[in-house]
Amino acid sequence: MASPGESGGREQWPLWEVFIRSARGLSHVHAGSLHAPDAVMAVRNARDVYTRRNEGVSVWVVPAAAITASDPDARGAFFESPQGKDYRHATYYSEADAVRHL
Amino acid sequence: MSLAEGTAPGRMDRGAAGGDDAEMARFDEIMAADGRIEPTDWMPDAYRRALVRQISQHAHSEIIGMQPEGNWIGRAPSLKRKAILMAKVQDEAGHGLYLYSAAQTLGTDRDTMFEQLITGKARYSSIFNYFTPTWADMGSIGWLVDGAAICNQVPLCRASYGPYGRAMVRICKEESFHQRQGFEILLALMRGTDAQREMAQESVNRWYGPALMMFGPPDADSPNSQQSMAWNIKRFSNDELRQRFVDMLVPQAEVLGITLPDPAIAWNEERQSYDLGDLDWTEFHEVLAGRGQANAERIERRREAHEGGEWVREAARAYARKQAEAADAAEAQVA
Ligand SMILES: [Fe+2]
Ligand SMILES: [Fe+2]
Repeated sequence: MASPGESGGREQWPLWEVFIRSARGLSHVHAGSLHAPDAVMAVRNARDVYTRRNEGVSVWVVPAAAITASDPDARGAFFESPQGKDYRHATYYSEADAVRHL
Repeated sequence: MSLAEGTAPGRMDRGAAGGDDAEMARFDEIMAADGRIEPTDWMPDAYRRALVRQISQHAHSEIIGMQPEGNWIGRAPSLKRKAILMAKVQDEAGHGLYLYSAAQTLGTDRDTMFEQLITGKARYSSIFNYFTPTWADMGSIGWLVDGAAICNQVPLCRASYGPYGRAMVRICKEESFHQRQGFEILLALMRGTDAQREMAQESVNRWYGPALMMFGPPDADSPNSQQSMAWNIKRFSNDELRQRFVDMLVPQAEVLGITLPDPAIAWNEERQSYDLGDLDWTEFHEVLAGRGQANAERIERRREAHEGGEWVREAARAYARKQAEAADAAEAQVA
């Protein structure tokens, strides 16, 4: 399996993205990435690299090649929809500022 | 390259092409606003090259930096000291990995960087080319070498390149124990016998100068600094960082009861800083040119470790391949 960013003739270990849940009740958050030959080794290495100080209670690893990202070139258009729609935020409604518990 | 860092496949080289004026203007705008560049953003070639050089040099330093301390793990004076030293060396391996990952997001793969290190094409910090003949050197390395590294690294948490800054945040969090454990090694020696105090002082005498040189040559002789500062991949000048470091060291040395080996050190009321004497830059350039105590040995050890580990990597690859084939076959049977 080839991962982006890996080149050259020699077969390399694929790249995995690592997500850590720091405590029960919180989401898994991206912590970094590492190379490993398979998923089992990736989880073990992720434990050793990213949780040496009790940073996590759960680890996910995802093959980097399996992630689909939005097109960075089309960033403007892709994220255009919320522009100018301040009324989606509570702060837009300033008339209510002085009223308590609102 | 790390996808979750936001990189779409096949886009790695986008920034390598000249880029039009609008892209350059956008980049300059981000720099001026002290913003962040992410892997998928357009960036000038020179910025990308400077980053790869800086981040990979830094990664190599972490990796080579394991050796001077690694060789003391078996001889550390107690089980606790052995465990601490092992934890520290393991941290340094992790730091190397975070940084290699950050460099990879710029399109340089890890094998290329390893290759550059073991063929002597890439540099790492000269400080790791000094021998560590005494136990006190573990104290000096933690207190002075990790101390100087922290001084250098804290401002880099705000580096303009996103993955680099994030790696530095993680590293800085872990570094803080490194300096403290070194300080405590020296403190224990200073509270010991005359021979132990002498050992601590002798060690600091050897490491002080080289540690101060970790910040690089004086500003006047550091031609690339200006550009790096404009790009926000260097936040303070070499001399500024060195001064800041010495200002922290002097009171710490007093607590230890150790004399810093520079008779010119004196409080300057006007500058609210300590004055310091000149450093031996001839020695710095000698070590940089490969003529330090341990240059050859460090690279040779690294090469042995890398090449000696090849069969392990190959076995892991073969195992993963077989497991995948077995899974495919089982799936085919179900179908
Ligand atoms: Fe480190
Ligand atoms: Fe360290």
